[in-house]
This record gives sequence, C-alpha cells and structure tokens, in this order.
Amino acid sequence: MTQDPFSGQTPTPMPSDPPVDRELAHAHQLTDDEYDQVIELLGGREPTFTELGVYSVMWSEHASYKNSILQLKTLPRSGGKLLVAAGEENAGLVDIGDGLAVAFKVESHNHPSAVEPYQGAATGVGGILRDVFTMGARPIACLNSLRFGPPEDDRVRYLVDGVVRGIGDYGNCVGIPTVGGEVYFDEAYRGNPLVNAMAVGIVEHDKVLKATAGTEPGNPVIYIGSRTGRDGIHGATFASEELSEESKSRKSNVQVGDPFTEKLLLEATLELGDTDALVGIQDMGAAGLTCSSCEMAGKDGAGIFLDLDKVPRREEGMTPYEVLLSESQERMLVVAKRGREQEVFDIVRRWDLQAVEVGFVTNDGRMRASADGQLVLDIPVDTLVLGGGAPQYVREVEEPAPAPALSVTEPQDFRNATLQLLASSNVASKRHVYRQYDHMVGASTRLEPGRGDAALVRVAGTNKVLSIAIDCNGRQLSLNPREGARQAVAESCRNVACTGAQPLGITNCLNFGNPYKPKMYWTFVEAVGGMGEACRAFGTPVTGGNVSFYNENPSGAVFPTPVIGVVGLAEDASKTIGMGFTREGDAIFLLGPDRAGWAGSEWQNITEGSPSGELTPIDLELEAKLQEFLIKSINCGWISAAHDLSDGGLVVSLCEMALTSPNRSIGALLEREEDVTASWLFAEGPSRVVVTVSPMVIDEFEEAVEAAGLPIEWIGTTGGKGVGFRGVFSVSFDEMADAYDNGLERALGLKPNA
Amino acid sequence: MKWGVIVFPGSNCDRDAYDVLGRVFGQDVRFIWHKETELGDVDGILLPGGFSYGDYLRSGAIARFSPVMNEVIAFANKGGIVIGICNGFQMLTESGLLPGALRQNHSLRFICQDQPVRVERTDTRFTNACTPQQVLRIPIAHHEGSYFLAEDELKRLEDRNGVLFRYCSLSGDVDAESNPNGSVNNIAGIINEGGNVLGMMPHPERRCDALIVHDDGRAIFESVIDQFVNA
Repeated sequence: MTQDPFSGQTPTPMPSDPPVDRELAHAHQLTDDEYDQVIELLGGREPTFTELGVYSVMWSEHASYKNSILQLKTLPRSGGKLLVAAGEENAGLVDIGDGLAVAFKVESHNHPSAVEPYQGAATGVGGILRDVFTMGARPIACLNSLRFGPPEDDRVRYLVDGVVRGIGDYGNCVGIPTVGGEVYFDEAYRGNPLVNAMAVGIVEHDKVLKATAGTEPGNPVIYIGSRTGRDGIHGATFASEELSEESKSRKSNVQVGDPFTEKLLLEATLELGDTDALVGIQDMGAAGLTCSSCEMAGKDGAGIFLDLDKVPRREEGMTPYEVLLSESQERMLVVAKRGREQEVFDIVRRWDLQAVEVGFVTNDGRMRASADGQLVLDIPVDTLVLGGGAPQYVREVEEPAPAPALSVTEPQDFRNATLQLLASSNVASKRHVYRQYDHMVGASTRLEPGRGDAALVRVAGTNKVLSIAIDCNGRQLSLNPREGARQAVAESCRNVACTGAQPLGITNCLNFGNPYKPKMYWTFVEAVGGMGEACRAFGTPVTGGNVSFYNENPSGAVFPTPVIGVVGLAEDASKTIGMGFTREGDAIFLLGPDRAGWAGSEWQNITEGSPSGELTPIDLELEAKLQEFLIKSINCGWISAAHDLSDGGLVVSLCEMALTSPNRSIGALLEREEDVTASWLFAEGPSRVVVTVSPMVIDEFEEAVEAAGLPIEWIGTTGGKGVGFRGVFSVSFDEMADAYDNGLERALGLKPNA
Repeated sequence: MKWGVIVFPGSNCDRDAYDVLGRVFGQDVRFIWHKETELGDVDGILLPGGFSYGDYLRSGAIARFSPVMNEVIAFANKGGIVIGICNGFQMLTESGLLPGALRQNHSLRFICQDQPVRVERTDTRFTNACTPQQVLRIPIAHHEGSYFLAEDELKRLEDRNGVLFRYCSLSGDVDAESNPNGSVNNIAGIINEGGNVLGMMPHPERRCDALIVHDDGRAIFESVIDQFVNA
C-alpha cells in the first residue's frame, strides 16, 4: 500500500473510545492551555481519544523536554569533534579518528525502577543500548549511576537487589560489558532511587544510521522486533509526575524486557546497517510507535501513514490508542528504500524476528493512522516534536534559603576515621555490585571496575582505548547547585584525564524534582548554568542526554543530581594507567591546590548525616591546566598511577591506591614537614590528584610541573605493609581490606563476599 | 589450524573467540551459523559463551537441539577437537559429550571475576604448555556454573583424571574458600575420555592479550595449536 485510502477524511472515534473532553485531557496531564492549543492545531476540532493519547505522550515532559529545552540550549552543544549536534540523533556522536566515531548517551529509568526495580532497571539498560545501536554503532560498554536511600532500610535493600540484578541480567545476556559506574546511598534518595544507564558504541563514519523517514513518498515503513503488548502504556507520562502512594498501582506502566530479543535485534540492526537499503531507523522507546514514527517523519518534513491493523500484537483486542502508546520493548521502526524491503525482511527474519510492513512515507507532513477500516489519527507532525509545535516553557524561579552553616566535628582519631571512611557504603568497594555484571565480555576491558578513576575499553582493530567515567556528587549540589555542577563536570573529566585519556565530550542525565516548584526550577537553572561554564572551560561539548524531573515524593525531592558521563580517548592503549601503585620506591605527589573543606564531604555525611556549609570553589582554569598536564605526563610515561581526591579526601585515595596494587603488596610511607591535620587528611576539595612517579624520571616530571604552574607537594614513597604517616598513624593491609571489601555487604546486611 | 566458532542466537563471546584465534594466534577461523548442517573443513570447533536461545528452559538445553549440534557431536565422536567455554560447556553436558550438569551458583547470583584455577594435568592436548599444578587466572562470568555430578560418576571422572582445572586460591590451594560457585570438588573444567573434548566455565579467550589486564589464558590455546601443528 502506498496510497492513503482515507485521503481527505478526518478521523472518527472508535466505537470503544470514551468521549473526549477537558476532564479527560487533564487526566492525560494536559493543562487547559495545552488542550486549547491542541484544538487549535487540529484546525478547531476536538481530538479523538487516540489523538489525545498521542498529544499526551508527545507533550509529556519525558518526550518533549518542555520545561528544560530552553535551559539545555544554553549548554555548548557543538564544536570539538562532534559529528552531530546534541539532540539531533538518538545519541551523541564524536569522531575518534581512522574513520571511526563513538556514540554515547546516558538516560534515566528512575520511576519504573522505584516501583518495579528489576524490570525498571533492565529496560533502562535495554533502552539506552537501542539508542546506541539504532545509530549503527556496536555497543562496547555500559555504565550506570545509581542512588538509593540508606542501606539499612529494608525497602532500599530490595531496590538495590532488584536494580543490580536487572542491570546485570540484561547487559550480561546481550553481552555488553558493564565496565563502570557509581553507587551512592543517602537519605535524600529514600523514596526516589535514581537509576541512570549509559551506553557507548563504535561506528564507522559511513555506516551511521539516521532517525529519519527521508522525503521520498511511498517508501515502506517496516516494524521489526518483538510484538506489541499492553505493557508500558503511558510510561512517558508516568515518568513526568511525582511519585506517590498510588505509584505502586503504576506497575503496569513499567515495561518488561527480553535481553535475548534485544541481542537478536542488535545483530539484525547492525547487519541492516551494512546494506544501503535503509533510509532511516528509530527504536521504539518512550511513547513507542508514536514517538518513533513522529520523530522519523518530523526529521525531514515528511509524513507517515500507518495501518495499525498490521502491527504484530501480543494480545487480542488492543485499541489503536493502546497500539500507538505501548512501550513494549525490543522494537524498531525502519524506513526502507522502495524495492529493497525484501533485503530487510531477509536479514531480520534470519535472526528469527518479526519484520512487517506497517505503513508508508507521505509528503503531507502529517501523522495519519487507520485501524479497523477507519481513520483514527490525523495530526500535523511538527506539532508533536521537539523544536516544532510542542510547548516550551521557562518556569518561575525563586532562590531558596542558603545552605545551612557548616556543622562538623573534625576527626580526632585518624586511624579510626580512616577505617570508618573506608567502610562507609559510599566509599567501600562496590565489588558486590560489579561482580554481578559481566564487565569483561568483549575481551576489551583494559581497566576493570574498581581499578582506576575511569574504565578503559579498547577500540577493536586499533591501538586506541576509550576512557569512560560517570559521576556526580548530589550533596555538593544540594549546597550550591551552580558550584556543585561545575565540580561534577570537572570531576568526571578529571577521572578520564587520570587514566591518560583526553575527554572528548559529555552526556548528562539531569535528575531533579518538580519543575513547577519555583525553588526547584531555580536549582535546575543554576545547575545547568554551572555545567555550561565548566564544559566551556574544558572544551567538552554536551553531546546529548536526558532530563528526569519529578524525582520527588511526599517526603521531598532528591538532591539535585546532574549525572555527568564523559568519554575520552587515548591513542595508545599501552600508555594508559590505573590507580593502583605499580612499584615500590615511587615518589608520591599531591598535585593541585592545598584547599579543602568539610562542606558536603563524606566525613560530614557519616558523622552529621546531612550536608552543610559552603563548598570550596573550583578554579576552572587551574582544573583545565591540571587535566592537560596529567594527560601529557601520563603519555610521556612519567606517571605510574593516578587517582583523584574525592569522597573521604587524601587518605581514602591513598588507601585505594594501595588496595589496587598487584596482589595488595605495595603500601605507602608518607611524611610531611608541616602538621598532618585532620583537614589535610580527610577534607575534600576540587582539582587534587595523587600521582606516583618513578625516581628515574622525577627531574623531568618536576620541571614539567613547574612549567605548567601547578601546585605540588611531595608526600612520600610507595612501599610498606599498609598506609602509614610517619609519626602520626598507620593502617595495615588487613585492616584496610576488611573495612573496604566488606563495608557495603555489611551495610546491606549481606554475608561477606555475597 | 582451521577453526570454526559456532554462532547460536544469543552467543555473545563468539566474536571474542574469533578475534583471539584469528588476530592473536593467527589461525584460520570462521563463524559457523547454528542452522548449518555441515561443519566444512575444520580441525577444531569452539562453542562460545553467551546466552544461546536466551538460556530459556535451561542453559544450553535448547542449543543442544540446533541443527549444527548434531554435526558437532559427530565431529567430536570422530576425535575432532571441541572446546566449550561457559555456555559452550553447558551445551557439552546437555548433549552428553561431557558428563555432569551446571547448576546455579551457590550464591544465586551472577559472578564475574578473575579466578585462579589450578592445572591438574599437563599431559593433555589442552594443557601441555602449562607446568604441573600451575595457577592460571582465568575469569569466570556465569550464573549457572556450579558443576555437579552424582557421587559414583564423580568417582569415575576423578579416577580417569578427567578434571583439568580446579578453582583455587592464588597460591594454588583448592578448598571451600576458593570455590566461587559451589562446584563439586572445585571442578572448573573437564575433558572427555578421548581427550579431544574440553569443557570449562572460565573464559581463557578473555585473557590472551597482555594489554587487556594479563594473558594467562594463552597457555590453553597455545597447547592445542602447538600440539596440532607439531603432530
């Protein structure tokens, strides 16, 4: 079929449709203004029930970014080695040379994971993988950023268990290594866990697939993958409201994943990418068939006609509304060149997947669909998509009261403080978590979880390696969103620099509360502002990402948590390094300013329970110099190990470097002429890194530090049976290991080594 | 040597095995699709890790019935070299080429970690490049890796020295503490009576390139290839 059999007609309600009125529009989370706008855009007529559903999902926060897009546009979104501007395609795309590009993106699946942790997290992984392979890129790594309430809470333990199993079972089965991430616990996330998943893939420049229907009318629209069921209907709308007691009844809004089908879909898609039979391809993610068809049609101004009766179903009696809004997983929409559809069918069916022609491209700029012999939908495509007629708002802002004054009791017993910090669930080894993820499949993971500041994954067929990190300290943002966001970008990029790789670009997942609350919106605007400042200072454009509002429940909102994912590149994999001490007798230096404070620190967290005080501000220029220096001197071979100072400050970093030395055999002997103070040992501040340097190259190294104008302090030598500060205190390997290895399991009430 | 790496729907270590045999060891290697009914001219078959057919029903249980497995079974029965890694090991037990079964890990969780294993014999075609009792660090990544065999059969397996690898500590101690998944007698890998079929849960193909952590896994491929070439 290439002719619209309902040409000239307007859609009519299905017999089973409820009457559409303002009340129903409200129930679909459209405001009065928005509903009036819908009627106007439809030329004065009321929408059908099906059309109302389509507007509801396409104008939901999740799909339309209506309350965030104008802020996001202030971020640097092009330049550098970016091959597509942010938001243009499913994921960011950055050149890495030799005709290759890296595609990457991070996305939230917070709401589904809060009500159904296993499937919520699993489908989060599935969705982000599809975003990457929809572009023709083979995924080579996954990461994730997780936030939970206090680990002692039974519900939290249930969520942790389900989320980790969900991420593991999905990624392990598809066969993409989960190479890194972060897990934090804080009261602020008790009711609202955050589950952000990131995927990274590699594609040849000339094999990049685009999410477009093209402009050629008559080209076939082909549905591939799993059948459509009733799962996940209104998932996008669900993600656009606060969680409440009723949220548990939203379980049916959560999709169910099948990683085996995803693996087949991945291979089929990449095989399709090897042909030139496709015009475009788009995965069916949030808002399902609706969103994918609208986005493809909207890209180049075409239209699409869909015959919904042809859509493969899993259940009997589904209405057009349900078919269009279903978020059943593992499905793709393809526009093929007319005459080449058989090639598409052959490839997809070889992988035992469905491939069905469900419609065709038109040139009337409209999204039209029929079912059961009648036209059910006729909407101008550009009124549905981002950048077209979808609403865009700047919300009201109100500056909240400043953060509470600093409250902290400095540690007196340094040895105990060290062990307390190492055992804290935020600092302790995340082995319990990453052991459940296959982090090695692909045989390319050069630096595995827990071994360095970022993960290193080799690019097949080259000497290159990608360095990937994901990070955010919500406590810092809760004190000062602008400064906290600057530091979040800085830390993520610094993590990549500490392995010897050059950061190329960032992807972000902005987890915030309800944007209709002025204080929350102020926080959001400030954080985006700070992020932009840092990205410009480091020359790392934002390649894309995701906004998750409404992370809020009756007891309050989460900390503002703009999670930053960074991808960096090192041309020579053999030069890159981890954080473990590699040899006895290396000099240990602390690079960066001697400025640290307690505000938002882990010590403050474990002793006071909540953050307070003013953050130590970051000097972005100094930070950029520091990163440039790290990358250069690691590639010169001067630095044998590097680790940035983060949660728990200097001592925690030194202990982690000792604990990741070969067979835990190399400790650190530290000394200082000045007083060894609690603040020097445990307080936190930006732009600080511990590095080790072989005595053979120490002169060159110190000259280079001076030339770079960086503050530096020699603090000791690697070696010994633990970490010791001469004349002050020491901890043995056994003590460190017991605290660090078992801290998380103990906090979660699990057996050691679980 | 000429190698075939079988590709089942859901295999996900097939490309790793292909890369190691081809790029690292310079072997003549090709993929064989699960629907094929002939193996062609090959000297060795590698059944890769992954989740064949989603591991629905039971790991390896459906793969055992795929068209190509009949050919693999016939090839093995004629003395052809077959290596099954992880999901491949599960297929070998499901298809009866090797005794026993792989059950869920005792922790009931997926476990992925570098894992020391002790080489129990060095007089086989898979371990002749190793030293007696050598400890190799070869990663495991499985949810169903707990090897089980009823007592009488286990005795038979041990009596014929069918166990090639046992989970151990870094210093080579085989004990409960060094057993990651509850396998009987810490069994990580076994061979058939003919000595031509190897099944193991650890993934040697992940540790053949020193740039990717370390290359302890090389010894196993080197053993097979060198013996074949020098035979």
